Amino acid sequence: MATGDSKDNAREIVVPGELLAISGKRAGPGTYSEGGKIFASQLGIKSVRPDMISVVPFSGQYMPLRGDLVVGKIVDVGASNWLVDINSPYPAPLHVNEVPWRVEFGETRKFMSVGDVVLLKIVGSDEQKRIQITMQDHGLRKLTGGMVLEISPSKVPRVIGKNGSMIQMLKNMTGCRIYVGQNGRIWIDGDLDNIVKAVQAIRMIEEEAHAHGLTEKVKQLLEQSSAQGA
Amino acid sequence: MGGMTTDLKLIDEKGLRLDGRRPDEMRPLKIEAGVLKRADGSAYAEWGLNKVMAAVYGPRECHPRHMQNPERALVQCHYNMASFSVEDRKRPGPDRRSHEISKIISEALSHVVFTEYFPRTSIDVYIEVLQANAGTRCAGLTAASVALADAGVPMRDLVASCAAGKVADTVVLDLGKEEDNFGQADIPVGFVPRTNEIVLLQMDGDLTPDEFNKGLHMAVNACKNVYEIQRDALKRRYSARAVDEEVPAPAEERQEVA
Repeated sequence: MATGDSKDNAREIVVPGELLAISGKRAGPGTYSEGGKIFASQLGIKSVRPDMISVVPFSGQYMPLRGDLVVGKIVDVGASNWLVDINSPYPAPLHVNEVPWRVEFGETRKFMSVGDVVLLKIVGSDEQKRIQITMQDHGLRKLTGGMVLEISPSKVPRVIGKNGSMIQMLKNMTGCRIYVGQNGRIWIDGDLDNIVKAVQAIRMIEEEAHAHGLTEKVKQLLEQSSAQGA
Repeated sequence: MGGMTTDLKLIDEKGLRLDGRRPDEMRPLKIEAGVLKRADGSAYAEWGLNKVMAAVYGPRECHPRHMQNPERALVQCHYNMASFSVEDRKRPGPDRRSHEISKIISEALSHVVFTEYFPRTSIDVYIEVLQANAGTRCAGLTAASVALADAGVPMRDLVASCAAGKVADTVVLDLGKEEDNFGQADIPVGFVPRTNEIVLLQMDGDLTPDEFNKGLHMAVNACKNVYEIQRDALKRRYSARAVDEEVPAPAEERQEVA
């Protein structure tokens, strides 16, 4: 069953049902254990760490996790709450108590209406996946201007990079203001040329998410496009 | 089954079938994953003269609401044959047969998908038969499980599927159209290779217990073959993009936002 060389298993593509390890390790995300053995549950790349074995998936829906920052879109307005689409299978109600303003009953529309984009934090979800979100934390706000880009949620870690290196470089080299939500939505604001550059770079990251030396490649792309612009 | 008669010689003197296959030989199968851009996951399968497309959407909010299960996701399959998929035009729209096939494929897939991870949602699987030549439910199930994996839906294993049957008093594997029409029996099998479970089993026609066991055995062995082709299709989809970097652990790169 084992394909690829076993020594270099960090790069191995695995398919649901594939045996990853006999035992001794914790079954991380993208895996499951049965009868003391660990199997892949998603299509992705096998990742082995001293204590845990997991699969980094190629695709999949965003599942809200406590503490995640996400970019949401208002899809409905009620008398005391907004309904926010957070790009997951579950809609998230945002109650007036969770926003940074004092909102009278029935006056929700004065603050935000359908189509507005907001930066939110996931407070938590119960076993039925009813989601609680909030805007009461520093940095959380309604996002005006700019544009929203959607990528596959499984690619978000690559856009951010280790310790935020990738996103920091993107911001420095384009001068754009960028927020990356864990749900795969990216909000970008800046002048048009720079936005175009940033979008190009992000699309490239998404396309080549698993390539080697990605940061270097993106850097080159950005330098190239700024040289052309000058 | 067995209702129709023909002067066709389904098995010749050498023991070969109409298309020259041996009794235990499968038609050639090709699968390609990720063929539709707008779907969350997709697969296209060519199995002999069958051409089947499968698309997966979700997990997504379940509509109508009363169908939601508060504890798990619903796997909803929609099997459809295109009006041009058979020689005589097929009257479009759902009918008894397509309802049945949708139901059994949904049930087969529900056994491998981790439905408990996605309460209140539905995972929609669409199977479109573009060209039919017997064995479309097996081709559909095979393509659908590749499409599910392509969509990133967590599952215990892929479901592989193949049929066996009885033609001219011989037990054969993977019936073709003439064999299906004029044969004596047909047994489609859905199989989970990792756990050796059967998740789909039907029988049309009559078989003795011995013949049944022989046919089932043949079909299960063929499923293992199908399984390898499915795995290959999924791996091929991504190996094109050189995968040569140590993958960062998901936890390390979470959280960093602004």
